[in-house]
Amino acid sequence: MSELNKLGLAEARDLLRKGETTSVELTEACLKAIDAADALNSFVHKTPDIALERARAADARLAAGDAPAMCGLPIGIKDLFCTKGVDSQAASNILKGFKPEYESTVSGKLQEAGAVMLGKLNMDEFAMGSSNETSAYGDAISPWRRGGEETPLTPGGSSGGSAAAVAADLCLAATGTDTGGSIRQPAAFTGTVGIKPTYGRCSRWGIVAFASSLDQAGPMTKSVRDAAIMLEAMCGHDAKDSTSVDLAVPNFEAMLTGDIKGKKIGIPREYRMDGMPEEIARLWDDGAEMLKAAGAEIVEISLPHTKYALPAYYVIAPAEASSNLARYDGVRFGHRATLAQGDGITEMYEKTRAEGFGHEVQRRVMVGTYVLSAGFYDAYYNRARRVRTLIKKDFEDVFAAGVDAILTPATPSAAFGLGEMSDADPVKMYLNDVFTVTVNLAGLPGISVPTGLDAQGLPLGLQLIGRPWDEGDLLNTAYALEQSAGFVAKPARWW
Amino acid sequence: MSIDQSTAAKVAKLARIKVEEDALPALAEEFNTILGFIEQLNEVDVEGVEPMTSVTPQRLLRRVDEVTDGSQQDKVLANAPDAREGFFAVPKVVE
Repeated sequence: MSELNKLGLAEARDLLRKGETTSVELTEACLKAIDAADALNSFVHKTPDIALERARAADARLAAGDAPAMCGLPIGIKDLFCTKGVDSQAASNILKGFKPEYESTVSGKLQEAGAVMLGKLNMDEFAMGSSNETSAYGDAISPWRRGGEETPLTPGGSSGGSAAAVAADLCLAATGTDTGGSIRQPAAFTGTVGIKPTYGRCSRWGIVAFASSLDQAGPMTKSVRDAAIMLEAMCGHDAKDSTSVDLAVPNFEAMLTGDIKGKKIGIPREYRMDGMPEEIARLWDDGAEMLKAAGAEIVEISLPHTKYALPAYYVIAPAEASSNLARYDGVRFGHRATLAQGDGITEMYEKTRAEGFGHEVQRRVMVGTYVLSAGFYDAYYNRARRVRTLIKKDFEDVFAAGVDAILTPATPSAAFGLGEMSDADPVKMYLNDVFTVTVNLAGLPGISVPTGLDAQGLPLGLQLIGRPWDEGDLLNTAYALEQSAGFVAKPARWW
Repeated sequence: MSIDQSTAAKVAKLARIKVEEDALPALAEEFNTILGFIEQLNEVDVEGVEPMTSVTPQRLLRRVDEVTDGSQQDKVLANAPDAREGFFAVPKVVE
């Protein structure tokens, strides 16, 4: 069989169960594709030996009829996940050479479910960025190009390596994490599917922390069905994360009926921003029409505090980051600066952190330090937390009025060129998250589904936001949208 | 609220990040851009609104207070930049 790496999870699983291919064959096809795609800089630590060992074990389980959900399926793991004995450095120089002695709960669950790890994927440093340009490994590059151009484009961020790898068929699927849009924005930029589950669905244990009240892991896949399969394997209660919720995990795939008759879909008027590109507005209208044609009822809704989500996020996320990243002190793990004669422990901290953290990370840690400092804590941090309460209430009111899901654009534009935003002030880059960040602040599940191409042939995605803990229903609505949109475009291979 | 160079230097010190003198003006300017953006939050009426502590209405779960782990000195020290005789080594802290 040719090009097994192009399969999705569901197709590959079915072939494995029918005995028409093996995990070793699938894994070898992916490893070959990865080695031929160094130009994308998506896989930054390759683990072929681990992959083939796990593939052989998976084939043995399949032969014995003891195959769990993801058995034998080769995937990539974002560098933010700690993987035992394998470099895990959150794309930061401060964690260079760090090889954890433990496995993150989510990557461990995937391993238990039989998934085969191919390697670690590029990302923005500490997941802080929207273009994968803050990575210590250098930029990840999108497999997509504008029609007739060779300008290298961003795959989005922070899960840029994951998005590029899935879109370029280097793996069947990948893990991502999402603090303000880091799964959904890169998925939209690369024509892939990405879901951030409800806060508390996936354990955060062993995932390098950025902003703990916002961070969630999720799958990045080639279809909604694949997202359902992989999300189920990632979810579940974990005593090692005190914010992980003890709720039964449904069979998400079984909930994909495509029937959304009578569902009420909200269109929030505040998301129709001034200056929204015509293409994005049309994509959004088309998406609403598709859901309507599938039997859903479309209603206009109001989420009045939307405008304040991004500024609230840029208080809360840096504040939590400044606290979380205090652990990088050059003592217990990672980089320590070379010290001069007479340098004491304070100089060690200051030099280590100046050398180890990149520019964006330093900036966010310092902004966070400022908003938490004496005299400003109430004015910035507590005010932002109050606004967060109001943002969550906006959604609660809409769901209480009977809305089942909310449809919005996933991003304000298609993917931009690498370096095109380098002269812009940091706030301009932050605007990438304008449609996604509300969902993190409210702790809700959100999914990005590719539904069209722009005039230059680049993918565009729509976001669906669901009720808390109702990922199954959300995935089903996304499935109906996917069926109607019929997005099948793939990047033409140039790498 | 405008941040001057001395405030920027103070924040860098609090964050334990060494910032060279000549980088302070640009840093202060970036802070001002970001804080200017954050200032919008002052438009919101938050009177009587509780600051969010947990996005899910769940009390933090408590576990039994018992020893479940330990005796992993080698593993704990495995990634240390400088470990000696079973300890983390750091520059002299006490004079």
